[in-house]
Order: sequence, then structure tokens, then C-alpha cells
Amino acid sequence: MHDRILITQAGLAERTRKSRWPARLDLLQSATGLLLALFLCGHLFFDSSILIGKDAMWVVSKFYEGYFFFGKAHPWLVSLVAGLLFVVFMAHALLALRKFPVNYRQYRTIRAHVRAMRHGDTRLWLWQVYSGFLLFFFGAAHLYQMAFWPQLIGPHASSDRIWSDALWPFYLILLTVAVLHAAIGLYRLALKWGWPRFSRPVLKFLRGTLFAFFLTLGLLALAQYMWIGLLHSDHYGERYTPSWAAPETQTAQGETP
Amino acid sequence: MPDSNAPAEALRHRFLTLEILRYNPQEAGSLPRLQSYRIEEADGMTLFIALNEIRTRQDPTLQFDFVCRAGICGSCAMMVNGRPRLACRTLTLDYPDHITLTPLPFFELIGDLSVNTGKWMRGMSERLATWLHGREETVDVTRIEERMEPEVAEAIYEMDRCVECGCCVAACGTAQMREDFVGAVGFGKIARFRLDPRDTRTDDDFYEVIGDDRGVFGCMSLLACHDVCPKNLPLQTQIAFLRRKMAMVG
Repeated sequence: MHDRILITQAGLAERTRKSRWPARLDLLQSATGLLLALFLCGHLFFDSSILIGKDAMWVVSKFYEGYFFFGKAHPWLVSLVAGLLFVVFMAHALLALRKFPVNYRQYRTIRAHVRAMRHGDTRLWLWQVYSGFLLFFFGAAHLYQMAFWPQLIGPHASSDRIWSDALWPFYLILLTVAVLHAAIGLYRLALKWGWPRFSRPVLKFLRGTLFAFFLTLGLLALAQYMWIGLLHSDHYGERYTPSWAAPETQTAQGETP
Repeated sequence: MPDSNAPAEALRHRFLTLEILRYNPQEAGSLPRLQSYRIEEADGMTLFIALNEIRTRQDPTLQFDFVCRAGICGSCAMMVNGRPRLACRTLTLDYPDHITLTPLPFFELIGDLSVNTGKWMRGMSERLATWLHGREETVDVTRIEERMEPEVAEAIYEMDRCVECGCCVAACGTAQMREDFVGAVGFGKIARFRLDPRDTRTDDDFYEVIGDDRGVFGCMSLLACHDVCPKNLPLQTQIAFLRRKMAMVG
């Protein structure tokens, strides 16, 4: 290790056997991206359980808190998942940063190239850079909130957060940017590794379908949370518990059972 | 039934405006600017013909390259309305009456539309060692060549059709930002020698030349290279294939 550092410092790294790290980092960037994109799809399905009803969303949120396994809700399980995702998220962001334009000259060049070439996939990549940049902030803030306040997930708790705490503009931006980034990312992942072996027009169709489906699903769910939040605003902080569930989950805001 | 208006239609040609980037780096004080030329379109006119028309009749100082006039030598590549193309294979008919022509970016500019692709191609070739690394030091030309399966020969020939025009590199967003990027032409050559059973190099050896961010892991799969290649080489699948193989080495 010491030899390698001194050889690299001497500017002779290129003269030695090539490091295997670029291959691993490339794989890791793709793997973390795939994991996050798949998680996002699942996450949006769970979120949209509110479209079925408050009971359905309550069941989903309590399921992830282990209520149906331990007979008691453990929101720290959500914290744990959010924390792990945060690590994956940071790893992906760090690895993706390598591809960003790193100075004004590079940015000016790629922007002029995109505008002059009018090539769809090149333009999409720039959109991915922009959306990825926004996710540094919006994605990180969301994960942080979920990691430290996991008890604030539920039919009423989430609706209060979105409506009464006025976080719906935040979620609107996060949803759009995350779905856009994931749809383009999955498409480019397939092209990058040549798998699945669909033709480009098919992959483009899948990309558009994924984007439209998950954005619509997310927007509908967001609208539903906003509506519930509006109706529930006079009872801000009160939790929802189905009449058939045990009363132990009925607590005030912030009081984790 | 023959169209009685056909001769009159044929005579009614458009007038084209070619806006060409003029710049001579050899000339002190020369600044890049766009200069417009107006010419009458002719039947079957290519950009190569249009440029020769301009140089012959309007401006003998205009610099551009050509050799074969048939899409084989790759010399006349330039940016046509922002995209790389071979001038000799581009019909003016397929374009509106206003066409912009600029030199290929990335390569050393000789002047106006003329660029030194050869210099970069040679450097790339030396860097990647894109020649056959056979078992023997010397080749015995009197001996009968080793047999090769026709499918393998065809697959090699498919990649060998590259004319090194530079269109793929000029279209590549990664190459525009990172000057030391190998580019699709380099990956195509590695893919070609990797297929060749006479070449003794292993994937470990190929990793040594393209196994980093200047090589295959730097490729962001924007695929403009694939979309603009005048020879329609299967660059998309070849680069993805190389990426998988090199990732396995890592």
C-alpha cells in the first residue's frame, strides 16, 4: 500500500498494473442506482396505498414498523431502513459525481453540445445531472426526516405533515425529480450493460411508461394526502387507528409506542 | 404516364444558404466567425459537391477535406446542422435550405472545416495497441494462413468497416468534456481484436488499456456514437459487451 501511494504521488500510477477499482466503482454505481430506483418503485406503491383507504395505508405503515410481527410498533425499524438507504444514497451520489461536469469549461462544452446536436439521449443525460443535483438536497432531506422521525408515518400523521406542515411543495418537487431520475437511470442502465436485451425503441417506451405511471401514481397519492390533511387540519396531531386495531398504537404526536 | 411537367420541375432548384465556420488557427488575429454562401441546388447534390462548388466559384480560401467522395475514406466528416456527418454521403435534398457547417470538435483544427483526425487516431491506436498481437514475433508469409470460421471472420469484418472518420468521437458528450477519453472508435477496435482468434491478448490485457474512466468505464452510454456512425457499426452492443467483460476482470 505504501509503495503504491509513493508511486502514484510520483505520477507513475499509469505505469503499473491497472487498478481494478474503476471496474468495481462502475458496478457499484449501477448497483446502487438500480437498488434506489427499485426501492422508489416499491415506495411509491406503498405510499399510494392511501388511494385504497386509510386502513390500507395504516396496515402498510405498521407492517414496516413490525407491528404484525411483534404485536407492537417499532418505528426504529423504519429508521434503520432509512439509515441504510441513506448510506446507499450517499454512495450513489458520490460515485455519480465522477461523471458531473466539474468546471465551467466542461459545463459550457456539454451544454453547447446538447443544444447543437439535438440528440435525445445526450439531452436526457443532462437532465439526469440536473435531477441528480436536486436530489442531493431533496432526497437527503427526506431520508433524514424519515430516519429521525419515523413515527410520523401514517394516514393522518403523513397527511398533517404534507398539508398542515406545508410540505406538499417539497414532496411535489421530490416526486417529480426522483421519478424522472429513476426512469432515465433505469433506461441508461439497460443500455450501459446491454441487459435486458430489448431494442432501444422498446426501452424508450418502457422509460416513458415507467415515468408516466409512477408520476401519476405519486401525484394521485400526494393529492389524496393533501385532501386528508385539509379535512384533518382541525385535529392536527391526532393519529389514525382503525377501529379493529389495538388501541396501543393510538398516541399523541412524537410519542412512539 | 409520363409527367409533362417533369423537365420544368427539375429546373426549379432551391437556393441554399450554407453558413460555414471560418477560422484559421495558423493566421495571427484570425477569429472564428460564420460566413454565408448562397448556391443553387443541383440534382443529387451532396454537401461535398456544394462545398467544391463554393471553393471553385466563390471562395478558393475555404478549407475542407475529401479523398474518396464515396464514404470510404472518412476524410470529409464535419458537423452538419450540429451533427457529425460525412459530407460526401449527405444529400442537400434531405436538409432545409439553410445549412450550417462547422468542423468536428475534439480534433486538432487545421482550418475552417478541415481537422486532423489522423493525428488523434494514431495516438489512440498506439495507446490501445490496436494491432494483431500474434503468437509469433515474425510472420511467415509463405505459410498458409490459419483457418478461421466464416462467422468469426464476418464478425471481425463487421467491426473492421470503421473508416476512422471521427464522427463517433465528435458526437460523444463524454469526449467533449474529457479529452483523454478513448471514444467509440477505440472500443470498436478493441472489440475487433478481442474477437480475433489469432490475437493472443486476454481480457486482463485489454483491461490494461481500457479498464478505467478514460476507457470503457468512462462511457456514459449516451450512444450518440451509435446514432451517427456513417457505417452503422453496432457500437451500442459492442461497448456494452466490453463493459461487461472488463467489469468481470475487475
